[in-house]
Amino acid sequence: MAEFISLKEGVSKTLKKGDTVCFEGFTHLIPHASAHEVVRQKIDDLTIIRMTPDVIYDQLIGMGLVKKMIFSYAGNPGVGLLRRFRDSVEKGWPNKIEIEEHSHSAMAHAYEAGAAGLPCAIFRGYMGAELKKVNSNIKKIECPFTGEELTAVPSLKPDVAFIHAQKADKKGNVLIEGILGVQKEAVLASKKSLVTVEEIVDTLDCHPNATVLPDWTISFISHVPGGAHPSYARGYYKRDNACYIEWDKIASNRETFREWMEENVLKVDAEVFKSRVEKLREDRYE
Amino acid sequence: MNREYNSDEMMTIAASRALSNSDVCFVGIGAPSAACNIARMTHAPDITLIYESGTIGTAPNILPLSIGDGELCETAITTVAVPEMFRYWLQGGRITIGFLGAAQLDKFGNINTTVIGDYGNPKTRLPGGGGAPEIASSANQIYIIMKQSLRGMVEKIDFFTSFGHGQGNENRKDINISTLGPSLLITDLAMWKPDPVTKEFTVFSIHEGVSKDMIQDSCGWNVKYSKDLKITKSPTEIELKTLRELKERTKKANSAQDNRS
Repeated sequence: MAEFISLKEGVSKTLKKGDTVCFEGFTHLIPHASAHEVVRQKIDDLTIIRMTPDVIYDQLIGMGLVKKMIFSYAGNPGVGLLRRFRDSVEKGWPNKIEIEEHSHSAMAHAYEAGAAGLPCAIFRGYMGAELKKVNSNIKKIECPFTGEELTAVPSLKPDVAFIHAQKADKKGNVLIEGILGVQKEAVLASKKSLVTVEEIVDTLDCHPNATVLPDWTISFISHVPGGAHPSYARGYYKRDNACYIEWDKIASNRETFREWMEENVLKVDAEVFKSRVEKLREDRYE
Repeated sequence: MNREYNSDEMMTIAASRALSNSDVCFVGIGAPSAACNIARMTHAPDITLIYESGTIGTAPNILPLSIGDGELCETAITTVAVPEMFRYWLQGGRITIGFLGAAQLDKFGNINTTVIGDYGNPKTRLPGGGGAPEIASSANQIYIIMKQSLRGMVEKIDFFTSFGHGQGNENRKDINISTLGPSLLITDLAMWKPDPVTKEFTVFSIHEGVSKDMIQDSCGWNVKYSKDLKITKSPTEIELKTLRELKERTKKANSAQDNRS
């Protein structure tokens, strides 16, 4: 059964030094508040997994909390490159992280295999692509029926998954709407999970085929309105594109990065997210 | 309206003309997205646009900044989870055209978006492949759009992020890829298609007002031309108007957020 908890306590109960952890969200519903709480609690030596590690992984890497990253696209979507990630990989600051790089298709299949309780995912991938030369976790496998050569990658089974969603009902069932990414798979593949939500309601009142994670699949739920900012939550607030553009400048320099993290993450708590989305509320534009 | 146009506009419009109503297009962000939406807003209103965030049959009124902007989901016929997107729709063979951009491209349509320099000790670490490695092999054919530069169009790419025609000739078949691969390259100066035998990109149409010297000076390999070389028609009034209005709406929508107090 999902336990309702403050984000601070939830993070300290789920994530430990040295864990393998994913903060999933495909542009939409990215769990920024959870990642910032991890930064405040200085939980380090982490292996972080994500298809599209963007700003929050740039932040975790820049703060020196990361040992290894498993990923498939390390960019700031629509803006450019990730400056802190680059500084780590190119110059070793603050430490040189180990990388395990895949394609989106491989990562999506690997989460699905994790959720399905399988040891690996099999798909038709990486044909002629060079990643298989630099990533020993990409292997060939022959179809036992047709003889076709396919690709296998290990399933993803994180210790902890953090996601953000629109709603939980009072029992703890969680509704995700809009661009779904791999969040359902990530939660079902992980040993523990923490979901931050915009709102807690009496009943979810949704379509019978809606994407709902039953309460017994989730470890903890924290009510953090605005918790995806500067990502967005469909039906609640829009993506703060200006923040993504600003991040490129902030992260381009070690000093401005540290100062920004000090002011905007270390000195505040999860409550600030609510005020950050006030001006982006959807009704302002309708 | 001012009929003067720049080479970016020519590139986007030339690319849009290559698309048709019956295409199911897997769209990359940036230049591919602009071209696909201009096609949809002009001559191909029934084209199916799919973005890897899971949005199928989407019809955005402004250009998305990211691959998963809300506008894509709100205007889509349906939005599926990302594993389903790659498994059923891409790998399942439903995509007729994968539309990609490139940081580095060679004459056989192989693309690098991973790294400049050595992979283990990179000079510049780029974002990586994302969906491209499997789009390149699973979509029935690949269109590539990029601005020409000596840095971008090179004799030898630093990393094979996604496979085009490999070393040329029948290299795709040699490694059991059954799809066509890169069949069209649209740059700001010309249109290119692979030679039927060698698979080397060959210019078949030069954009109006562009010289052969301009094409060669911004391309790192020795440019070849097809025998029946054509001139790409300059943008029509309706094409230019559609593109400029789309860009204007996009700018306005983004500045509505930037100007918040």
